[in-house]
Amino acid sequence: MRADKQGLYIAACHNDFAAYPRQARDGTLLMNHMAKRTRYSAWNLLAASPSHADWAPVWLDAEPKSRYDVVIIGGGGHGLATAYYLAKNHGMTNIAVLDKGWIGGGNTGRNTTIVRSNYLYPESARLYDFSVKLYEDLSRELNFNIMFSQRGLITLAHTRHDLDNISRWANAMRFNGIDAEILDAEKVRELAPRLNFDSGARFPILGGFTQRRAGSVRHDAVAWGYARGASRLGVDIIQNCAVTGFIRQGERVVGVHTNRGGVAGEIRADKVAAAVAGHSSQIAAMAGFRLPVTSYALQAMVSEPVKPVLDTVVLSPAVGAYWSQSGKGEVVIGGGLDLFPSYAQRGSFATSQMVLAATAEMFPSFGRLRLMRQWAGIVDVVQDSGPIIGATPAPGLYLNCGWGTGGFKAIPVGGWTLAHLLATGRNHELAEPFQLARFHTGRLIDEAAAAGIAH
Amino acid sequence: MSGYRLPPPHGAWLDRSQPVRFSFNGQSIEGFAGDTVAAALLAQGLMHIGRSYKLHRPRGIFSCGVEEPTGLLDIGLGPLRTPDTRATDILARDGLVCASGNCWPSLNFDLAAVNQKLAAFLPAGFYYKTFMWPHWHLFEPLIRRLAGLGTAGDGPDPERYDEVSVNTEVLVVGAGLAGMQAAVSAAGAGRQVMLLEADVQPGGWAASQTLRPGSEAAARLAAARCDLARAGVEVQARTTVVALYDHQLATAIESLEGAAAPGRIRERLWKIRARQIILATGSFERPMLFPDNDRPGVMLAGAVERYATHYGVACGERVVISAACDSAYGVAQSLVAAGIEVAAIVERRPERELGGEAQAPHGVPVLHSSVLVGIAGKRAVRGVQVAGVGGGALQAIKADLVASAGGCTPNVSLYSQAGGSLRWLDAESMFVPERLLPGVAVVGACAGVFDLEAALTHAGQVGRSAPGGLMPTAPVGGTGWVPADNQPTLAALSALSTRGGKPGKQFVDLQNDVTASDVELAARENYRSVEHLKRYTTIGMASDQGKTSNINALVLMGKATERRPDQVGSTKFRPPFKPVTINALAGGRSGERYRPLKRLSARDFHHARGALFEEFGGWERPAAYPLPGEGLIAAAERESAEVRRGVGLFDNSPLGKIEVYGPDAAAFLDLMYVGTMSTLAVGSARYGVLLNENGIVMDDGIVARLAPHHFWVNTTSGGVERVASAFEEWLQCEYVDLRVFIVPVTSQWGNVTVAGPNAWRLLDQLGFDAAMAPARMKHMTLRESTYAGQPIRVLRASFNGELGYEINLPASQTETLLARLWEAGQDLEICAYGVEALMIMRIEKGFIHVGADTDGTTLPGDVGLARGVDKKPANFVGRRSLTRPAGKDPERMQLVGLQAVDSRTRLAVGAHLSLRPPPTQAEGWVTSSCFSPALQQPIALAMLKRGTQRIGERLSAWHLGTSIAVEVVKTPFFDPTGERLHG
Amino acid sequence: MMTIACPWCGARPENEFHCGGTSHIQRPPLDCSDATWGDYLFVRANPCGLHAERWRHSYGCGQWFNLLRDTGTHEIKAVYAMTAPMPEPAPEAGP
Repeated sequence: MRADKQGLYIAACHNDFAAYPRQARDGTLLMNHMAKRTRYSAWNLLAASPSHADWAPVWLDAEPKSRYDVVIIGGGGHGLATAYYLAKNHGMTNIAVLDKGWIGGGNTGRNTTIVRSNYLYPESARLYDFSVKLYEDLSRELNFNIMFSQRGLITLAHTRHDLDNISRWANAMRFNGIDAEILDAEKVRELAPRLNFDSGARFPILGGFTQRRAGSVRHDAVAWGYARGASRLGVDIIQNCAVTGFIRQGERVVGVHTNRGGVAGEIRADKVAAAVAGHSSQIAAMAGFRLPVTSYALQAMVSEPVKPVLDTVVLSPAVGAYWSQSGKGEVVIGGGLDLFPSYAQRGSFATSQMVLAATAEMFPSFGRLRLMRQWAGIVDVVQDSGPIIGATPAPGLYLNCGWGTGGFKAIPVGGWTLAHLLATGRNHELAEPFQLARFHTGRLIDEAAAAGIAH
Repeated sequence: MSGYRLPPPHGAWLDRSQPVRFSFNGQSIEGFAGDTVAAALLAQGLMHIGRSYKLHRPRGIFSCGVEEPTGLLDIGLGPLRTPDTRATDILARDGLVCASGNCWPSLNFDLAAVNQKLAAFLPAGFYYKTFMWPHWHLFEPLIRRLAGLGTAGDGPDPERYDEVSVNTEVLVVGAGLAGMQAAVSAAGAGRQVMLLEADVQPGGWAASQTLRPGSEAAARLAAARCDLARAGVEVQARTTVVALYDHQLATAIESLEGAAAPGRIRERLWKIRARQIILATGSFERPMLFPDNDRPGVMLAGAVERYATHYGVACGERVVISAACDSAYGVAQSLVAAGIEVAAIVERRPERELGGEAQAPHGVPVLHSSVLVGIAGKRAVRGVQVAGVGGGALQAIKADLVASAGGCTPNVSLYSQAGGSLRWLDAESMFVPERLLPGVAVVGACAGVFDLEAALTHAGQVGRSAPGGLMPTAPVGGTGWVPADNQPTLAALSALSTRGGKPGKQFVDLQNDVTASDVELAARENYRSVEHLKRYTTIGMASDQGKTSNINALVLMGKATERRPDQVGSTKFRPPFKPVTINALAGGRSGERYRPLKRLSARDFHHARGALFEEFGGWERPAAYPLPGEGLIAAAERESAEVRRGVGLFDNSPLGKIEVYGPDAAAFLDLMYVGTMSTLAVGSARYGVLLNENGIVMDDGIVARLAPHHFWVNTTSGGVERVASAFEEWLQCEYVDLRVFIVPVTSQWGNVTVAGPNAWRLLDQLGFDAAMAPARMKHMTLRESTYAGQPIRVLRASFNGELGYEINLPASQTETLLARLWEAGQDLEICAYGVEALMIMRIEKGFIHVGADTDGTTLPGDVGLARGVDKKPANFVGRRSLTRPAGKDPERMQLVGLQAVDSRTRLAVGAHLSLRPPPTQAEGWVTSSCFSPALQQPIALAMLKRGTQRIGERLSAWHLGTSIAVEVVKTPFFDPTGERLHG
Repeated sequence: MMTIACPWCGARPENEFHCGGTSHIQRPPLDCSDATWGDYLFVRANPCGLHAERWRHSYGCGQWFNLLRDTGTHEIKAVYAMTAPMPEPAPEAGP
């Protein structure tokens, strides 16, 4: 069910009840035959009040079939977006998305929700800006409000050398066709008055640059919105189904074994794709190869909700932290990696404390806000911080990984380009530079060398 | 007015001799020392103290501790304001200023209370379904303004914070009876024990049993305190453990608030490493669900009891207890003993299911198999409506307080943070720790052990067990039967509708306004896993972190989806256990203690010369020495001209300095550098470039040979730590057979650079060794000598193209030498120059500055060092990477000179080069730029595709929408033959 | 935050150390293929579980050494010298 233009208007919302396209197979209480309210709009919210009893399930939980055209491992944003675009752009609907837990439960739901395309190199700029553009229209595309709040992202400069760097950065962005604006200190102060503007500060603020189209998104909504879109188009979403190995025919990957066990746990597929971020190396190990990936814990934290204190995203590469305020009023704080390999979604206090000290230093009036929650996601870090979207040494198995600390912003483009590859057998032109081969040729697209911070 | 102060002896924690007075929303509140703000407000009869997050419903104090969901206040004024402070978790003190948060213009007249009227359109997640047309951006500003609870302080926090690290054998968290028992037993077994208690006194749950007739727990409390004192346990009160990390690291925050002294420390961070952590963190009370269960005057039953015993506060005059567990009866006993009228106990369970201890006080009616279906009153409770679970007649009871007792929830937050998993007890309806973790044990209520004797025996065994060893399993249970589902039945609610009433909302998460119907909606929409439920409805995501809401949410979701609560799942607890201030966790590491800069030992000398200090690579250095009225750049231009005319003094002490010793030192440096160092003669020096293994230019500098087995290695000032680390890593991890020592000596040696045509004349005047005269000491040689009795190492080298001497000397002597040179040089046109002048001069000479002209993609060939690579057949770090396809790409960027065609316009660093206007493919960018005083025109360096083949070509340099025509030129710009080196 | 037992200085907090990544990686000769060199530079097993890795006590003695550490639980199973072979982990070795 597409979000066509007509559907945007309240007046056109009479046809709001749709029977689900398929009857679900697990027979739970969700799967009755009643007509359900499906379309999201103010009108429908009003019409559903006060009981809200007839809202349709956002997605259906399916039992695995024995065969699919494509099996996607990983029900995070990237996996769900891949399924959605396979169905929507390429008309393929015999698709399963498998998640070992619950959809959106990995890094999609554990990040600081920043979306931006302020990249230095044309290859990455093209890729991420395509993603920002998809995000800009995603609420309407999915008929699910993902609340893309484009309040800009300021990168701070604390030394004259930093000023030179941001000048290079902003000009590079303009050459890449992306909005960038250099700010003097006064302008930074207008946009983020609570920053530490003390001229004697350890990291004085000399200026910065901003990408006004950058911002934050309600992260869970992205997973749910894509799941809903994909489910409507006939994709099977299968939660609590962990892949334990691959079915091979010679070299070729022709399906997966899952923890459902026995024959029931075997799912055959023409193509298998994995979008599992920090767990990509484990998928690769099952298929008998290794990746240029190391998994690290990346922490994030939020304060208690307070009235508006920060109306943009602020990043200081020098102190290694960045800040925004969520729609709920929490100050969202991100920092660098715990610099040792980890699969524990916890995070070290050494890192948290550095990030919090940086917070108190850069926003002195945040010092008495209380930290409410700290967590960590497991991110898949490669040398150049660029992704890997393409074929693997195992024929029939495709990968979307390597996004490292910045995968959330790339969900739409990651799904779009992987779907293109799965459907057509050819790399999408945006994904062409981001193949595994670059680690052999040395043609890295090293944004890390310039950006110098995780987010 | 319903709450009031009970007479002594009630209120064991009060000091009635010390009255305190503070203000709440402008109203003066009187209490006693020992009161929490909540206790004092309740004692004054204030029930309505805040507004809820979404619907702005009136809310009061709900609990008596850290689990408080609704009693949140902004405490303090101006920069001292601390928003969202739990009134139950802060001590009342004189002069405190408290205000309700989320309301405008006032608590009683709150405009956003209109949301209550709209509640029907604002179910969980309503924002996902709307605000899309015409665009989210239109709605966002208003929604952001409505969001948030309290208001942040408005400036830098003037108070102080501190951090302490300790090691102990055993750390016991929580000084209730079980925690005290474990601590005493561990101490008795000869271990070093630390016991932390969040509250102001030990006692825990037992301390609120003192009014219960014949209470065993209360009886044991006094003895336990004595044992504790005798056992030599270090007890730290007002210290809350907020997180457990790997390898038994606990972090705790000690509150010192209230100890009013200027310059006092407000909060202290404790980092405690223990071989064994014993968690005795007790349990929280689970509230009952019923319509309008959020009204001010609905409280947790245990809290009502605690206010009476600890603070001598009766929270109401006439109480109805809503119960589904045996503990309600003990509360009733306490309240009656305190003289508070208990109107009725509304017991959800049938009489046959009650435990033996569930004895109502004499005269208190118990309505079995009954539930609350309504509350009269909006800003305070005026009465309740009761119906049978099977329906039937509605009964109204007058009351001003509802005490809610729905069972116990073990406080497993820290256990879960440590990686523990949970299991569900069906009879008690609670999650308890499932397995033992290495080094982390659980005892008492937090382990799910509610039988007092069993808890004490178990805690004693755990305390005596060897730290880190196997622990005895906990004998869980002891609360009696508690139904999981404590909602009013449909039949009961229908009793309400026969009277024309409509049941109100049943709130599960009181802070985030999540109701039972929101949970049902989530179930319908397939947000059925616990994490989806949490994220969709925001249940448990508020600042109380779900302490009173999680279990009810899981039970409701289970009910809606025909699963047990544990099949829904249990959420993972995240640190911190309770919200704590950012400053407390930062432990005072901001401000002056935030990444302090390295300072020059000759700082005073520079200061006296009018230096403008800036940060360069972690050092505070003179950028220039501007004359009055002169700007930084003008000063630097003047200085560079003066150096080229007379002589300049430059404090180059931050220059990276590493000594490399050993028989294999030369071979080692050959492996590290693109250049070959083993062919250096003793006393000679050579420029070298260091790569990382990926072939990227990492650093550069001069290497000199002091002796056959001894080298003096200079690096960039910002790169020395990186270089020394890389040396050590190669040496210790790869070339382990090489006999080499690496000693970084940057801060031991000062470095004074004397440069310019008069450089030798100046040194000569001061009596430096005549062997250093330019005629006798060649460029790129080093002499070890002494000056004024101090050892010196003098390198003849040049970073600016002039005759130059780098005098390395003991750091403590730098200032003296600078001062002497300055004095002696007055006739030789001496000037002090800063980093900026050096930058101008090195650009004039076309010397690269690693980190400005290079970035993390630069190969040596890109910056004119291809020949060095080609000449060296031997292995060195990064060599193999240079021959990959990317390294041999003819389209690579190369460093070139640039000049504006008009010879007038200075180019912006970062300007991009191309023939066409952006957006287009850039050909390169400007990496360094300045006005050259020597050439009297602006010059620049740039990275440019195929740059060295494009000399003479013209391009445009684009900077933020403007463009300048530029010509690619050769470097160096100045003194291409290098004659000035010789003075 | 982990506690790491430096072979020279004893148990010290994690933030005194620097992790240098996977240990026991052979540096190939200069005449190896681009693929071999690329694998050496970047490709890692990256296991969830036992991982042999090298650490340096940067804010201490400055010495490198090896850890056998579980990347899932952060439990340290063994500490051994840079040049020593990877030990067989004892099944229940404590941290």
